[in-house]
Amino acid sequence: MSAPDRPLDLHDAGTPPVEHQSRLREVLGTLVQNRLSVLGLVILAVLIVLALFGEAIAPFELNDIDVVNRLQGPSGDHWFGTDDLGRDVFSRVIIAARVSLQVGFIAVGIALAAGVPIGLVAGFYGRGVDSVLMRLMDILFSFPAVLLAIAILAVLGPGLRNAMIAIGIVYTPIFARITRGSVLSVKQEVYVRAARSLGASDARILRRHILPNVLAPIIVQTSLSLAFAILAEAALSFLGLGVQPPEPAWGRMLADGRRFFQDAPWMAIFPGLGILFTVMAFNFVGDGLRDALDPKQKSVIESRGQTT
Amino acid sequence: MTGAATSGEAVLSVRDLTVRFGTKRGPARVVNGISYDLAAGETLAIVGESGSGKSVSVLSLMKLIPEPPGKIDGEVIFRGRDLVAASEADLQAVRGNHMAMIFQDPMTSLNPVMTIGHQLTEPMEHHLDLSTTDARTRAVDLLELVGIPSAARRLDDYPHQFSGGMRQRVVIAMGLACDPEVLIADEATTALDVTTQAQIVELVQRLQEQLGMAVIWITHDLGVVAGIADRVLVMYAGRIVEEGLVDDLYADPRHPYTLGLLASLPKPGADRPETLFSIPGLPPDPIVLPPGCAFWDRCTYRLDAACRSDVPELRTVAPGHKVATHYDITAESP
Amino acid sequence: MSDTAILQVDDLRVHFPVRSKGILRRHVNDVKAVDGVSFDVQRGQTLGLVGESGCGKTTTGLAILRLVEPTSGRVHFDGRDVTEFDKRELRAIRKRMAMIFQDPYASLNPRMSIGSIIAEPLEIHGLVPGRAARRNRVGELLELVGLSPDFRNRYPHEFSGGQRQRVGIARALATEPDFIVADEPIAALDVSIQAQIMNLMEALQDELGLTYLFIAHDLAAVQHVSDRIAVMYLGRVVEVADRVTLYEDPKHPYTKALLSAVPVPDPVLERQRRRVVLEGDVPSPIDPPEGCNFSTRCPDRFEPCTTIDPSLRAVGTSHEAACHLYDGKRR
Repeated sequence: MSAPDRPLDLHDAGTPPVEHQSRLREVLGTLVQNRLSVLGLVILAVLIVLALFGEAIAPFELNDIDVVNRLQGPSGDHWFGTDDLGRDVFSRVIIAARVSLQVGFIAVGIALAAGVPIGLVAGFYGRGVDSVLMRLMDILFSFPAVLLAIAILAVLGPGLRNAMIAIGIVYTPIFARITRGSVLSVKQEVYVRAARSLGASDARILRRHILPNVLAPIIVQTSLSLAFAILAEAALSFLGLGVQPPEPAWGRMLADGRRFFQDAPWMAIFPGLGILFTVMAFNFVGDGLRDALDPKQKSVIESRGQTT
Repeated sequence: MTGAATSGEAVLSVRDLTVRFGTKRGPARVVNGISYDLAAGETLAIVGESGSGKSVSVLSLMKLIPEPPGKIDGEVIFRGRDLVAASEADLQAVRGNHMAMIFQDPMTSLNPVMTIGHQLTEPMEHHLDLSTTDARTRAVDLLELVGIPSAARRLDDYPHQFSGGMRQRVVIAMGLACDPEVLIADEATTALDVTTQAQIVELVQRLQEQLGMAVIWITHDLGVVAGIADRVLVMYAGRIVEEGLVDDLYADPRHPYTLGLLASLPKPGADRPETLFSIPGLPPDPIVLPPGCAFWDRCTYRLDAACRSDVPELRTVAPGHKVATHYDITAESP
Repeated sequence: MSDTAILQVDDLRVHFPVRSKGILRRHVNDVKAVDGVSFDVQRGQTLGLVGESGCGKTTTGLAILRLVEPTSGRVHFDGRDVTEFDKRELRAIRKRMAMIFQDPYASLNPRMSIGSIIAEPLEIHGLVPGRAARRNRVGELLELVGLSPDFRNRYPHEFSGGQRQRVGIARALATEPDFIVADEPIAALDVSIQAQIMNLMEALQDELGLTYLFIAHDLAAVQHVSDRIAVMYLGRVVEVADRVTLYEDPKHPYTKALLSAVPVPDPVLERQRRRVVLEGDVPSPIDPPEGCNFSTRCPDRFEPCTTIDPSLRAVGTSHEAACHLYDGKRR
């Protein structure tokens, strides 16, 4: 047997079999196939519009007191009725969306900014650093969330800004834990060892190789935590520790409406629905993202090279 | 070994077997109409690279691929019945009983939380109607047969308590539990070291002589095939491109792909070539197969017109030797 | 020791501590993954390091680059002891020593484009300043390994195993290293692709004057690419010889068994062959046997083997083996 005698072309490695779409488009593509996620995205889009242009949309001024028309049920003038001071509930619910979203994003932003670096460092360096950081996180984690937030507010004093800080601190351990867990598995990857073999520094390895590969669970957790943060803010405002009157907040409005629940249930129901829809929307999007970002969802055929 | 076993009647006949998988980009044509017979007691090797469809083709024999996204067409005649058309209950009676399969990775084909005794006796109680005691006795016999020392004592051990080679022996014992007529080994030695591979190859050959079953050996390793097979099928892009007795196929490969594969293997010894022959390029994507010969763009002997437009049929070039080309290599090559 | 040796490994040991499960996590034992390995690699040559899984060949390769820390021993690269290097010196030397990994699916960061993967070593060592210049260099490297420069914006998952391994090779070559540890570079590839990668590595060696440590379990492949071959068993080198001598005149019983176990793609030869099928399994590296490591499975075992540990000694011209069968018969 002799080998074929055509001259060898060393440089012919072939072209890649398939041109794939970009990862972002792939994730978005999977996300929009999930109906609940689409619903979540639509609700969030509406909320964001309300938060940005609340004043323009609201038919009444926030604090237009009209004692004559107090505790009116829903009508053509006042879609969601009026409260005990005759203020328009619809206008207040719309404008309160801003507070909720603002608290959610800033509080979760604080938790991300603190938790992710802690998790990265703890997971990457391990040993003593890991033990110290994660025991600290465990201590924070061992308190019930709202109780811890109340304790922090007791020290810092009530108010919107402090409520955001308190919620941020409460959710820091969740991000630290999730990040650390992913780092522990990603740091074993061969490409991390490959980067080290090239002389990459720890900082570079963390930034270029580990962080991008632990983002997926963090993104999912972010959207779920936004929902919890909004609930927490509602709870704190309900207790009078968050947003201070006359600024509207759903939790605060819920607390105020409680006293009139027999006579004017709309005062509590509409802000309650606001909380419900917002939390649901973030959860739907979070679940959809989890599916879209999970590589195990891909069919066997799509992950080429492994089919036989 | 060669020739002795190949004259018997067919225990398994595969006719025009086709397997497709639905994907987002369209149907993946993984197996594209393959036909062959397996004679009683023979060892048939199916050789191919990843993506050639060799594993899928044998998994489909017992309908072990998920449908959908898979879709199996054609006929698989076994014990007088077409398995492709058979009911799930009928298939379950065949699987593990008359036709058994051993897989590449012994760690994942054993359940880590069940003792190997339990895993061995369960199918025997089910298929052979043995009592628990009889099944345990048979399990010990089987473990001894596959060369596991102090078998009776090891029956209550868990898979992680065995080494890789020993685990593959346990998997083989499980495959033999119900005296199958056909044993399918899917890359059964690929995950093992060469010295362990040599032990397993020897074991399967001994068992085949003792028990007289037919073996389908799926592998990409042409070295193992040379030592174990009576007959060889070479698969490329879901088709059989060459079929022949092992001696004929190695001494006189007639398909450019087979020739290229054999030429690209480094041979141990003093006289080494400056560079190895290598087949350029990559196998085709099963979703966008070319209209003509699937090997066309990597072929050294292609005749552009016919090769590009028509799929070559498998034709007989010598007794028992078939090849799917438009071009006869030996007729014109030096 | 020859003065053309670019790498000298001397009594290298890598022991991984085994700790007890409780709170105390007492250090109860060691996995002796590499247990006294010595060899030289000559400049511009390829040393094949062959052995079965668990023999310590990969750990040896990693310890040479200090990607795992050696427990003891010396690794001289170009006359300087790598084991003494501090963090800064180590990062600098990694410009001259590179590694190619086994699994081309795992060794490329899935979130980075091919271009940034290959550019990374250039950025780390500040080699080709300027974006446009780096882009050109990446294009050159892609062409060098037989890929189109147009692929630079694509991601690893778009490529086949062989193409990814080419990317891994391009990355290793980016800093123009002298020495490359190739850890099972073809084991995960298809048969027809293995030959492509072996040919590419050999062509690059000729073109760039590279020195390889080629680690593999596939003896046929190792014999094809290597000038000299070291055979490892259970953390030790049991035999070193040039490729022809090792094939034609193996001395150590383990080498003989390994050679006889390698299947040959020739049915006629396969049928005639007498196989040395080894009994049993490789012992645990936590508790290796007394005396010779191979004594529990050796078909030629005799008196001293179970008590005295044989050291690597000359059994022929530039041919060494660690076996009592050759005690007292020098040359």
